[in-house]
Amino acid sequence: MTEIVFYILAAAAVVGAALCVLQRSPIASALWLMTTMFSLACIFVLLGAQLIGILQVLVYVGAVLVLFLFVVMLLNLSHEGSDLRGPWGVGAAVVVIGLLAVELFGLWQYTPARLAREVAQAPQLADPRLAFPAALSMHAVATPNVVEDLAAPLFQTYLIPFEVTSVLLLAAAVGAVVLAKRRI
Amino acid sequence: MTPEMKGFLLLTVIKLIVVFTVIMTGVALLTLMERKVSAWMQNRMGPNRVGIAGLLQPAADGLKNILKEETYPAEANRVLFLLAPALSFIPALLLAAVIPLAAPLPVDFAFTLGPLGAFAYHGLMPVQVADLPIGFLFVLAISSMGVYGIALAGWSSNSKYSLLGGLRASAQLISYEVAMGLSLIPVLLLSGNVSFSVIIAEQQRGPWYVLPLFLSFFVFLVSGFAETNRLPFDLPEAESELIAGYHTEYSAMKFSMFFIAEYANVVTVCMMVATLFFGGWDIPFIHWDESGGVLPTIVTGLIFFLKVFFWIFFVMWIRWTLPRFRYDQLMSLGWKVLLPMALAYVMVIGLATYLIGDVAHIASPVTRGLILFALNLVLGCGVFLVLDRGNVVSGSERRRVPGRRAAPLRVGG
Repeated sequence: MTEIVFYILAAAAVVGAALCVLQRSPIASALWLMTTMFSLACIFVLLGAQLIGILQVLVYVGAVLVLFLFVVMLLNLSHEGSDLRGPWGVGAAVVVIGLLAVELFGLWQYTPARLAREVAQAPQLADPRLAFPAALSMHAVATPNVVEDLAAPLFQTYLIPFEVTSVLLLAAAVGAVVLAKRRI
Repeated sequence: MTPEMKGFLLLTVIKLIVVFTVIMTGVALLTLMERKVSAWMQNRMGPNRVGIAGLLQPAADGLKNILKEETYPAEANRVLFLLAPALSFIPALLLAAVIPLAAPLPVDFAFTLGPLGAFAYHGLMPVQVADLPIGFLFVLAISSMGVYGIALAGWSSNSKYSLLGGLRASAQLISYEVAMGLSLIPVLLLSGNVSFSVIIAEQQRGPWYVLPLFLSFFVFLVSGFAETNRLPFDLPEAESELIAGYHTEYSAMKFSMFFIAEYANVVTVCMMVATLFFGGWDIPFIHWDESGGVLPTIVTGLIFFLKVFFWIFFVMWIRWTLPRFRYDQLMSLGWKVLLPMALAYVMVIGLATYLIGDVAHIASPVTRGLILFALNLVLGCGVFLVLDRGNVVSGSERRRVPGRRAAPLRVGG
């Protein structure tokens, strides 16, 4: 039952991603990207990670893609010819597809047993079993407090990496503003 | 499937049908209520010809909208033009499914139904379609999807008024979503959970959250008005500037789907206000309503209905009382007043709960609530008396040009 639902959602995600690239109209591309993001959120929920799923919807579908749509509508972009049709474009496409293929091949080699072995050998910041107790128990779905399960490791065990990530994102946002607007 | 699972599925389907029917009927009656309330406020009669006291007016409107011709603007994007009403309609109707409507009902049955096999359910049944552990985050996420319908309606109509309406809607909804989300963090701080059932249970143990979290309630209510595009924030459809905004080009049933979505969103926001800040189905001071039984479920359901009904009336009251904001005023209010206020309030409440719980060791939720209420009285007076005396949101004659005194208003010729 769960597998059938997963394959439906996975197909929706892949088809959405493909159509996002293939569509000529920017609005249609943005909408297909929304389909992909929403399917991914549903897959997260299927895995029992309800909070991650809903945050995916809240952030990507509810905010980021709405901003995309907003900008596309504001500039009123229409069906424009692509700049990537020349030999350079084809070359870049081949390189990117090759890299992705290598990456996918590497991921394909990952069996659950190999993943468990590598996790066991890796130097650890903290025992993941201590950090994510809910993920290992059968109560992951049944416990009502999904926020605490995520917040406790995030703000206690992994506080420093979390803060560093947020500072990095802030730096990226400031950098984008500086690059886009020389005179503020 | 086990009989228990089948029983659960059966109950869920029944609840789905009941909630959907109640919301659709309620929305239809709300259109009538809006016209009646506006008529009452403007000292007129309102619709009173169809049925007793005009009660069948929504049915007549619905029939008219189904029979009307569907028109398509020239050069419109057909697919998106058709998709847009559905995209605003579906999220609006999804939201009512997660809000508890009454005290849990004890259900106990076991029967066999021909080829379908045995059905069984024992224990308390929550009176809501799905008691999600992610609670109000679900409402925030799904309601943020409603903007797609409005934005796409504006873009696909191929009309400048619609496009402006759609642009305004997406900018406004994104701006106020931030303040709305931040205003709910103090609720999470006090209750320790995002699930609606836990939030209601916490409010039964202490005071309703409107007292200890008054400013949160205020920010949430104001952002709720903006999120549902209701006056005084109905800039996306401001009829004096944009004809009808994003739904200018729509006719017949597609047009009324936008209205159903708008009223369903109003119902959801009012249910959220009643649940998060006014105890949900809780009856204050007595514990009979938590005892579990058929009668408490019915009575708490009625109490919840009354609370929601009051807030719906409040929304209409505001609509027919206040004038519309200007667009820059709307944006200033969202980004310069509500957002900093909500952020500062999160810190204040976080510090206060820490001091009360971990330093002073007061565990009783009643005492904690009353201390926070006292704090809120001071903060509320500060916010409403001192802050923003026309500094951010003001009429155009008060806008100052730097280095020059404002020109006096010219009156007459």
